[in-house]
Amino acid sequence: MQLAGKVAIVTGGASGIGRATALLFAREGAAVAIADVNKDAGQRVVDEITRAGGRGLFETADVTCAADCRRVVESTIRKFGRIDVLFNNAGIMRRATVLDLSEENWDRVMAVNVKSIYLLSREVIPHMEKQGAGVIINTASGWGLAGGAKAVAYCASKGAVVLLSKAMAIDHGPRIRVNCVCPGDTDTGMLRAEAAQLGADPDRFLADASKRPLGRVGSPEEIAQAVLYLASDASSFVTGTALVVDGGGLAGSA
Amino acid sequence: MRLENKVALITGGTSGIGEAAAGLFVREGAKVAIAGRNEARGHAVMERILQSGGKAIFVPTDVRKAADCRRAVDETVRAFGRLDILFNNAGVFFAQTALECSEENWDLQMDINLKGTFLMSKYALVPMIAQGSGVIVNNSSGWGLVGGDKAAAYCASKGGVVLLTKAMAVDHGRQGIRVNCVCPGDVDTPMLPEDARLRGLDWKTYLAGCENRPMGRIGTPDEIAKAVLFLASDDSSFMTGATMVVDGGGTAD
Repeated sequence: MQLAGKVAIVTGGASGIGRATALLFAREGAAVAIADVNKDAGQRVVDEITRAGGRGLFETADVTCAADCRRVVESTIRKFGRIDVLFNNAGIMRRATVLDLSEENWDRVMAVNVKSIYLLSREVIPHMEKQGAGVIINTASGWGLAGGAKAVAYCASKGAVVLLSKAMAIDHGPRIRVNCVCPGDTDTGMLRAEAAQLGADPDRFLADASKRPLGRVGSPEEIAQAVLYLASDASSFVTGTALVVDGGGLAGSA
Repeated sequence: MRLENKVALITGGTSGIGEAAAGLFVREGAKVAIAGRNEARGHAVMERILQSGGKAIFVPTDVRKAADCRRAVDETVRAFGRLDILFNNAGVFFAQTALECSEENWDLQMDINLKGTFLMSKYALVPMIAQGSGVIVNNSSGWGLVGGDKAAAYCASKGGVVLLTKAMAVDHGRQGIRVNCVCPGDVDTPMLPEDARLRGLDWKTYLAGCENRPMGRIGTPDEIAKAVLFLASDDSSFMTGATMVVDGGGTAD
């Protein structure tokens, strides 16, 4: 039990990497507060945690909205009394070049992927400072370190997440550790939605994504394991880093 | 027990990070072969593991020598029947600029830190590929990602380790082999006071210099060993070619 007695907030916890991480955190002993715009799916994750004997709560929240972020933190404190781990994971993808991308979509991607981290962290950090310890993990991306085709807003937002993580690590160490995880293509609803955005067949899209050293896309559980490492005391000397979990996608090409 | 029934070979396993990794791997269920140059220390580490109920061998090894590397792999497979994890950890450091560094010290750092990683991997990959699985973890450094003062040869060797890691990940991923490196910052090992001595700094002054990083302290060998365990275990099953920084935020700015 690597998170026994800890309390974690997971944004975007209703599906994909967030859901896998919420379930893993709960199995490792944490009480988990899930924030997501998708109420039904989010509540189902909490039910799954509760049925397995864990503790969870769901809060419907748009993390681009400051009031929603405040409410998530207040509910978590009210029910669980503290916050040890914040996993800023909510994110969206819009596959478009600068020419194709609407200003509205630019703003939306930046708000969900980056501004949400700022909004929620500023609510959580005072509690962590009071406790004298805390861990923040942000979901960046392999495309926060290298560019990708038709993904300008996403790349810009994830590059921002990498450097926001480092800047916060400097500001809030040594008691609060801040890191990000950089997943490669992972078998989630978002990846399948990308195929639709590009007008591609989902199976062929996933097969193309498999052209990397490990020859496959990742599973949400494999990313969750990396997040658990960053959330647990196993990473007690780790802050300001970007942990790449991408099956070798960024290692280079054959 | 995250390494149950696994067999690990650790170079530079007689002290510091290598010794900590050996102990942690054994506690997580692995059988461990310790390779190193210092026979007295190597036997002592092995004895401690045996007394704790673990399984270990010591193979005297100079990773600069191909024959030694081949023997380390052969002896490991002979003793334990397989090889799942190679931790290329042996390393040396001399605090010198390119002007100050003798050719001999250049060769020593490049041969132990970089060529030793190549040689050990070359021989360890053979049984791993035959098994269809294996994990290689290389010990690089924060100074394999950013430059440091008075460390020209060391930085060159560790930068080489980062890219050798990525290149091997590309070559052997499809054969079921994952290759990653860990990039520690300053860690409380015998290498650190030696660095302080070479820089003409007393230990207190030296440590004070480490206080301006986000975590405000140096790391412990166990903290690095835990990162190596993560990379060696199935918890990192979708990771290859990655550089895992464990440096208390030293390279965040």
